[in-house]
Amino acid sequence: MSERVGVYVCHCGTNIAGVINVEEVARWASEQPNVAIARDYKFMCSSLGQDLIEADIEQFGLTHVVVAACSPNMHEKTFRAACERAGLNPFLFEMANIRELNSWTTKDDQAATHKAKAQIMGAIQRVIHHQPLELIPVQINPSTLVLGGGIAGITAALELANGGYHVYLVEREPSIGGHMAQWDKTFPTLDCAACILTPRMVEVGQHPNITLLTYSEVEAVEGSLGNFRVTIRKKARYVNEELCTGCAICEEKCPKKVVDDVFEAGLSKRKVIYRPFPQAVPKYPVIDVANCTYFQRGKCKACQILCPANAIDFEQQDQILQVEVGNVILATGYETFDPHRIPQYGYGRLANVFTSVEFERMVNASGPTAGKILLRDQPVEPKSVAIIHCVGSRDKNFNEYCSRVCCMYSLKFAHLVRERLPDAEVYNFYIDIRAAGKRYEEFYHRVMDEGAHFIRGRVAEVTDVARTLEEEGKLVVQVYDTLFGAQRRIPVDMVILSVGMEARHDARQVAQLFGLGCDASNFFTERHPKLDPVLTTAEGIFIAGGCQGPMAIPETVAQAAAAAARVISYIGKGTIMMEPIKAHIDAARCSGCRICNNLCPYKAIVYHEDQKVSEVVAPLCQGCGTCVAACPSAAISGAHYTHQQLAAQIEGLLWDARLPELAGVEGD
Amino acid sequence: MSESTYEPIIIGFLCNWCSYRAADLAGTARLHYSINMRPIRVMCSGRVEPDLVLAALRNGADGVLIAGCHPGECHYLEGNLKTLRRYKLLKRMLAQFGIEQERVQLVWASASEGSALANAIDRMTQELRQLGPLRWQETVIQRMDFQPAQRVEAISDPVGEEVP
Ligand SMILES: Cc1cc2nc3c(=O)[nH]c(=O)nc-3n(C[C@H](O)[C@H](O)[C@H](O)COP(=O)(O)OP(=O)(O)OC[C@H]3O[C@@H](n4cnc5c(N)ncnc54)[C@H](O)[C@@H]3O)c2cc1C
Ligand code: SF4
Ligand code: SF4
Ligand code: FES
Repeated sequence: MSERVGVYVCHCGTNIAGVINVEEVARWASEQPNVAIARDYKFMCSSLGQDLIEADIEQFGLTHVVVAACSPNMHEKTFRAACERAGLNPFLFEMANIRELNSWTTKDDQAATHKAKAQIMGAIQRVIHHQPLELIPVQINPSTLVLGGGIAGITAALELANGGYHVYLVEREPSIGGHMAQWDKTFPTLDCAACILTPRMVEVGQHPNITLLTYSEVEAVEGSLGNFRVTIRKKARYVNEELCTGCAICEEKCPKKVVDDVFEAGLSKRKVIYRPFPQAVPKYPVIDVANCTYFQRGKCKACQILCPANAIDFEQQDQILQVEVGNVILATGYETFDPHRIPQYGYGRLANVFTSVEFERMVNASGPTAGKILLRDQPVEPKSVAIIHCVGSRDKNFNEYCSRVCCMYSLKFAHLVRERLPDAEVYNFYIDIRAAGKRYEEFYHRVMDEGAHFIRGRVAEVTDVARTLEEEGKLVVQVYDTLFGAQRRIPVDMVILSVGMEARHDARQVAQLFGLGCDASNFFTERHPKLDPVLTTAEGIFIAGGCQGPMAIPETVAQAAAAAARVISYIGKGTIMMEPIKAHIDAARCSGCRICNNLCPYKAIVYHEDQKVSEVVAPLCQGCGTCVAACPSAAISGAHYTHQQLAAQIEGLLWDARLPELAGVEGD
Repeated sequence: MSESTYEPIIIGFLCNWCSYRAADLAGTARLHYSINMRPIRVMCSGRVEPDLVLAALRNGADGVLIAGCHPGECHYLEGNLKTLRRYKLLKRMLAQFGIEQERVQLVWASASEGSALANAIDRMTQELRQLGPLRWQETVIQRMDFQPAQRVEAISDPVGEEVP
């Protein structure tokens, strides 16, 4: 017997021992080929349990170790460390999960005991083929990419930059700021959004550690934790940033206006050369080529002629930049629900139905109406306003989830209407009021005290078809009032739809680009919903803010700071140790068929034309094993998941089925 | 072995990132399901080469379950799409061997879908109970006049023609 395997069967209190006969399993294991010692113990993960392994390695000269206990996701690291402390390479260890995958799934103790034997036999047969492997040290590049310049991206970038680390902040729009820059006041404190956001935007623009790339998109990402190479397209603004002083004369002189349906939500117009808003960071404008008279018809050039700094450059080209970073924080935010999808609410058909985003712009002093609340079809103030909650949220037909911010911003709107139009009536149509945040409930009570009406029920329809004289010329909100127990029709002048938060339309593409997952609603998936909410399943890729799920500004800022702190702890470490689970091609066996070349999702396999063989570029390989499974010449082996190891495990798992004399044992 | 006590053995290849975690979750949630699945952890369902599936059947398994992340959610981007393609070819080949469709199944289970995975295992176990033992020796080797020692080469990916 050449190998000396130690087998340890954990009771896990009664979690395992309550179902599986652990003593019997350990006794049986001790009789199997290659097994030098087998023991059962109450808690293998305790320090005494670990000591047992370490002592046996030394005393019996164990060559391999198997622990049958909980999931390797719980304690693989623990036992590998124990092996290492006793001088055994940590990869000469294998775990059999007889808790989550066995004792917790059944009451049938005999069948469970039998399955545990099979799992342990699989582990024994596998482990004797394990090879010692060394963790691979990876240097962490101290620069970070932050994608998205909303409040999440701004916060993360500043945390990193103030800690002394370089940040590339990439934003798709001409300015940073995101949704928050559009808002007037923020619940529940009613802080003016611009007053708290603008100073941070300016700080980003001036920070020596931040390279701000606006009007830019990420086109490609290569590499992994520690060393990502990111290709960024910086779109031509047609304005020379070296020369532009941000005086905005071009904007003033440009003769052409178009509807601004991004920042102003379609409520007003902007020039063709523009900054989305006066406090934009950076201060340089961009030319909207699709609408520019010069680009479309070859003449105009008013901006160029009148720019005192000579900064307009019609010949400017997109720039492709390559940056190298160690970590990435995704802060791409969210989009709002499109209420056209609920035709019975009349958005787009009935002039005085607004979205919450439009209303935010309208109440904003720097917005299209200079803060006046006015109807769309005539410049008069409404005498009554309906605010409909949960539009597109908590609805199986659209989004099943709660968007979490709409109740609160609806309350904020009710307050703003009462403040600006003290004589107007305000009706909130809600399903439940969700005011579960610090000082939120108090704000709800304040708004109720201010005289806003609350009607509980999901609105069925908004219509302009009057049934009574009183309804004539009004919008009528039809609802089943669940507190009142009756259908009600409330005539109002203005309706605001509190649209929910959705994932960005291109969230899946971004997830693909960076190699992480999305949930069913396309929000990015965190590594663990409770214990690891800012890391993703892709090492070195973090998420913060609205891209992870609906949340308000305080949570967004907290997540962004958390993501930055995680990145800083990697940078502080300098080098991290990566699992050596990589593929390797045996050049002597490779036939040069190139089948694997296109299969690798990370483009980690190169083909050497001169030698007619393929080769895995180790730093790029993530160890998925797809190429290993596909090579017709069996030339590729995947470390720690070799064909031999998996085949041996299969044989072990089927030990009872393979031996005819034991076949009767199965299924007790 | 009489039919009434017959319990099929299923080898379950579970990808590390979704399905193994789904199985962990099913356990943590104390969902009781058929004990018949014996798990093997692989990093990605894309690692499951046809030869390993055949090895399991050859060594006495009555069925093989391959479980991976949902399309679009594979930790390695699209390993599971490769699995799907390979799986379709494998099924064609198994049909030629006279192996019933139910014996090799592919399911998607995300890390949060412990109960979906448990249900799939229950369903498959039930189907295999109905089919009875595979008996590779009689069904496959004799019928195909196949050498037991011969290793079935992996099917190369884009072409299915290399199937023996
Ligand atoms: C009507 C309304 C009112 C609200 N009022 C309040 C309030 O009063 N108080 C409160 O706390 N919260 C409020 N919220 C919620 C608040 O808006 C969000 O919590 C916050 O904006 C989230 O910030 P973010 O940075 O995650 O996302 P965003 O603000 O969406 O920013 C994301 C940024 O990323 C950019 N981006 C997206 N994709 C890419 C890409 N692929 N490449 C480069 N850049 C990209 C976007 O252009 C954008 O600048 C309100 C929400 C709504 C809908
Ligand atoms: S699939 Fe195998 S034989 Fe073909 S190129 Fe890749 S390593 Fe070489
Ligand atoms: S295991 Fe193969 S396919 Fe997977 S990442 Fe590595 S080289 Fe690419
Ligand atoms: S990692 Fe789960 S299928 Fe690829």
